[in-house]
Amino acid sequence: MPPLVLFALQLLTLALLLAVLYRPLGDYMATVYSSTRHLRVEKVIYRLTGVNQDAEQTWPIYFRSVLAFSAVGILAVYGLQRLQAFLPFALGLPAVSEQLSFNTAISFVTNTNWQSYSPEATMGYSVQLLGLAVQNFLSAAVGIAVAVALVRGLARAASPTLGNFWVDLVRGSLRILLPFAAVAAIVLLAGGVIQNFAGFQDVGTLAGGTQSIPGGPVASQEAIKLLGTNGGGFFNANSAHPFENPTAWVNLVEVLLMLAIPFALPRTFGRMVGDNRQGYAILAAMGTFFVLSVSLLSALELGGRGTAPVLAGGAMEGKEQRFGELGSALFGTTSTLTSTGAVNSMHDSYTALGGGTTMLNMMLGELAPGGVGSGLYGMLVIAILAVFIAGLMVGRTPEYLGKKLGAREIKLASLYILTTPTLVLVGTALSFGIPVIRESVIGTSILNPGLHGFSEVLYAFTSAANNNGSAFAGLTANTPWFNTALGVAMLLGRLLPILFVLALAGSLAAQEKVPVTAGTLPTHRPLFVGLLCGTVVIVSALTYFPVLALGPLAEGLL
Amino acid sequence: MSTTTEERTESSVHRHKDTAAPFGPRQLLAALPVALRKLHPRQMWRNPVMFIVEVGAALTTLIAITEPLSGGPVESGGTAMPSAFTVSIAVWLWLTVLFANLAEAVAEGRGKAQAESLRATRTSTIAHRVPHYDETADPGALVATSEAIASADLHLGDVVVVTAGELIPGDGDIVWGIASVDESAITGESAPVVRESGGDRSAVTGGTRVLSDRIVVRITSKPGETFVDRMIRLVEGASRQKTPNEIALNILLATLSIVFVVVVLTIGPMAGYSDAAPSVPVLIALLVCLIPTTIGALLSAIGIAGMDRLVQRNVLALSGRAVEAAGDVTTLLLDKTGTITYGNRQAAEFIPVGGAGEAELVAAAHAASLADPTPEGSSIVLLAERLDPTLTRVQQASGAVVPFTAQTRMSGIDYADGAMLRKGAGSMVAAWAAESGALAADTEGELRAAVERVSEAGGTPLVVAERRADGQSRVLGVIYLKDVVKTGLVERFAELRRMGIRTVMITGDNPLTAKAIAAEAGVDDFLAEATPEDKMALIKREQAGGNLVAMTGDGTNDAPALAQADVGVAMNTGTSAAKEAGNMVDLDSDPTKLIDIVRIGKQLLITRGSLTTFSIANDVAKYFAIIPAMFAGAFPGLEVLNLMGLSSPASAILSAVIFNAIIIVILIPLALRGVRYRAASASQILRRNLIIYGLGGVIAPFIGIKLVDLVVSLLPGF
Repeated sequence: MPPLVLFALQLLTLALLLAVLYRPLGDYMATVYSSTRHLRVEKVIYRLTGVNQDAEQTWPIYFRSVLAFSAVGILAVYGLQRLQAFLPFALGLPAVSEQLSFNTAISFVTNTNWQSYSPEATMGYSVQLLGLAVQNFLSAAVGIAVAVALVRGLARAASPTLGNFWVDLVRGSLRILLPFAAVAAIVLLAGGVIQNFAGFQDVGTLAGGTQSIPGGPVASQEAIKLLGTNGGGFFNANSAHPFENPTAWVNLVEVLLMLAIPFALPRTFGRMVGDNRQGYAILAAMGTFFVLSVSLLSALELGGRGTAPVLAGGAMEGKEQRFGELGSALFGTTSTLTSTGAVNSMHDSYTALGGGTTMLNMMLGELAPGGVGSGLYGMLVIAILAVFIAGLMVGRTPEYLGKKLGAREIKLASLYILTTPTLVLVGTALSFGIPVIRESVIGTSILNPGLHGFSEVLYAFTSAANNNGSAFAGLTANTPWFNTALGVAMLLGRLLPILFVLALAGSLAAQEKVPVTAGTLPTHRPLFVGLLCGTVVIVSALTYFPVLALGPLAEGLL
Repeated sequence: MSTTTEERTESSVHRHKDTAAPFGPRQLLAALPVALRKLHPRQMWRNPVMFIVEVGAALTTLIAITEPLSGGPVESGGTAMPSAFTVSIAVWLWLTVLFANLAEAVAEGRGKAQAESLRATRTSTIAHRVPHYDETADPGALVATSEAIASADLHLGDVVVVTAGELIPGDGDIVWGIASVDESAITGESAPVVRESGGDRSAVTGGTRVLSDRIVVRITSKPGETFVDRMIRLVEGASRQKTPNEIALNILLATLSIVFVVVVLTIGPMAGYSDAAPSVPVLIALLVCLIPTTIGALLSAIGIAGMDRLVQRNVLALSGRAVEAAGDVTTLLLDKTGTITYGNRQAAEFIPVGGAGEAELVAAAHAASLADPTPEGSSIVLLAERLDPTLTRVQQASGAVVPFTAQTRMSGIDYADGAMLRKGAGSMVAAWAAESGALAADTEGELRAAVERVSEAGGTPLVVAERRADGQSRVLGVIYLKDVVKTGLVERFAELRRMGIRTVMITGDNPLTAKAIAAEAGVDDFLAEATPEDKMALIKREQAGGNLVAMTGDGTNDAPALAQADVGVAMNTGTSAAKEAGNMVDLDSDPTKLIDIVRIGKQLLITRGSLTTFSIANDVAKYFAIIPAMFAGAFPGLEVLNLMGLSSPASAILSAVIFNAIIIVILIPLALRGVRYRAASASQILRRNLIIYGLGGVIAPFIGIKLVDLVVSLLPGF
């Protein structure tokens, strides 16, 4: 079968599976976050932690809970790494350095999973399981909780509260992520992903040498890495490693895992605001970007020009034979359009414009479909801006789902869209603007000098500020500047948007609902979907046009 | 009555067509001095977007002055720039700021003319103050002495006497007397209006002239805070405050500006890595093109013009917030009388009962109504004479007129021979007829059926009865007085429904009558037997459901509801209390104008939204003009992005800046006139405006910049 037909079949299968999952998964999540009943195990947790499970929280308290929980998470992961030498199953590895521990702790708590290190040479099983895997669950649950809080803000009328963060967190972890991750792990095991505590095994190779083969509890970690759009690999090669992603069909399963929750959350949103059509509109906008982006990246990689691809018969540098250009493009798009950041091929080795596309995916704000939770709240914030700009055009004070968009709402939405571009651009500019740092960046970190080197740095800040975690792997990021700057970018890129989203949710929830009339701007029609897509392009993507021109565009159009 | 109302609206429209001269070069030239004065940074600071442009212009000017000393414009992104480049950019940036100020100045200028004519009425007049006014003993101040003082020295609560030919010295309420007043100075309406003490027509405005009679007026406003003073401030835009939507939009525009400031500031160091750093003038040009200057320049002009459009229609909004709220209105409360129906009812049919012939009934009704001066009475006479042309009006002389009183609720005529005719409310006339013997059962049944039929149809039944000279009484029949719904209202209500606005009719009629008229006029709902308290309760109920309510009112008892409503339009003929409570005053006192007000409010928001969309959509083309040009020297490959095929990097950048400035001037007329608004559902309006201003906003600058480039490329060096 020709590869393109095969690829089309893969995409069709993927679309079909996502369509099948959309309603049941979305409805299930809506039920989870709307139910008033607590499971017995949840009650035990609440009793042990002293949480009053029936107390509703205002937005500042909700945010403080997120903040406190993240702080504790960062301290815990930092502590585990620093104390690695004393932990069991550490594979004899020493304590992780201070700045790397700082960077990694923030990275996993913020759902970024940026890895400035090679896991198999740095982290033992104990840190991987107690620190990183636990945060894979919790950071994902935090993302969904914040999204649900925003949805509640839109759904509720004249309510001072947004729900209870601790309850949302526990339910997201126990009722959604844990069971689905378990099922996914079994599927992955069946597909050939390993799961053991074997450590390193030396084996004789065919050529007569010896090779040290790493083992580890990979399948369990792999499942949540993808399902929670985390992306931190068990191995340095991430999903390009055959123990993480052995075959083409497992590759498709992994793509499905990354997309399942983000693409089902619009349904949850539609259900919770009592109008499923609203969910379909958000889904349509997300889907449009996804399809366009997959097509674009596939075309760019297939048509890859340049000496090496022409000689090799394809742009296969940095890609795995078992996935090919198309399987790599699909995974790469999915990983950068969600906040996963897992890779099954090296984005650094993509064609210049292809690599630029993965960057552009993140620059959109990771909202098509975005990370678990963060994708939905990102898209809803853009929807609010779209409604505001276009809503005036129908002659009414703009309103979204019956909520008037006044100065406060626009201020918060504006701050939201201001945060990430500022972090990306300022971070990149500082890397080249301050002489001392510039020396270290150009001298130590950049692998490929010239335009591609610029792209490597730009990619790093784009990935960190958007909490993606993937990298142009050429960049050596384990330096004081990158560990610190990217750590700060990840932290601010996560917590500031959450602050603005929760404040927005609080201000929306406090409002009465305006009844829908013929004069109300409908937000479920194709016209609105088009408007939403246009707003994403103009508000998010165009901001980056100049920097893209300096990196991938200049390189690709040379 | 019908014709007078229409003529009035017509005349006021015509009058204002003259004052609202079309926008042209003359207005621009006239506004130039004001626009230049507005360049002061303290004034510009209020508009962050344009302030950024001004700072950029100043910086570029500085560079243009200093760079000849260091040997002409520096290389930008690896490309040499022509020597006139920086100067040209500086000039066009200043023009951009100037055009923005011009837009505002022109908008303000239109109000200024109006203010001038109002100010003329404020000239000091002599007031005859009664220092010791005795309300009870001498209400007409006929005995009390008065002193002549300047109108400016009047205080709140002073009592003055105004006689025919004099100007009323200040705003006030008539406490005694009745007079016809020429209010044309304020309303533009030349026909005099009647003002009298007590009731809802007691308010007079300072600067208007008493034409007949003599009135005693109690001053209700402090000097300097009169209605005219407020009007002047409003039309001049001096007391203009930003409205909620404007504030929200300003925040968004400021944010977009900040984003682009960050983008531009970070380009230098990043491009420096590839030795492609653009020069400062190029970066400033990029920044100015990217920030939403088009809407930033026109925003305040749009707001002022919106208020102005209301003034053109003789409506004074006491705050911009109210105009904006008008666009948001979802429920319209309309008084039946005067708004939905013509003020008075008209005879539509005669229904004989109890064996009386129609001719008999018609003749009796005619005779009984000859002395009735009310419009209802004369409509009966007219209809009767049309049905029976032989009827004459001489009979009047032969009898004594019995006038209508609130107690008897009937009127009629007593003839010399003892015969009597009566017409009036059903129960009262029936009782009068029954005084001389009970009515026959079938007559009574017929009468009740006829009365019910008329009531159900929304009309008022008047029963006619006679008592012959021999003392025998009988009921002749029923006159069907019809409430006539104004023409064209059904269509307007349908239009409102398409706009998503619910209309509620308020009436003192019984539910049956109210229902029939509501159905005929096509309103969505009605409130029958309404008291002011009911009205208030209805407004609160609607507001609790998230609706925004608009209403009109003129009486003092309307004041609380006017204050409670989101948009309360007080009639100029109304009491000061009503005018004080509402947030708009209609100088024409035409309640149907509420619909126009809603339209203007919507148009204001649509104009703002459309130009914002246009402005932001423009960025796409500007990126494609400037980005390839900016790095052309360092990365020739980016030429692929030069979709417009602009001739040179310098020309591309200058062309984008020039387009960016010129588009402001091109759009000033649209900002002042407002985007065309047709009543339609939100979906249809959105589609239309999104295609014109969204898609148009993406495409127009591609064409515009290319055209400018064709001209600029002719300049030496570009």
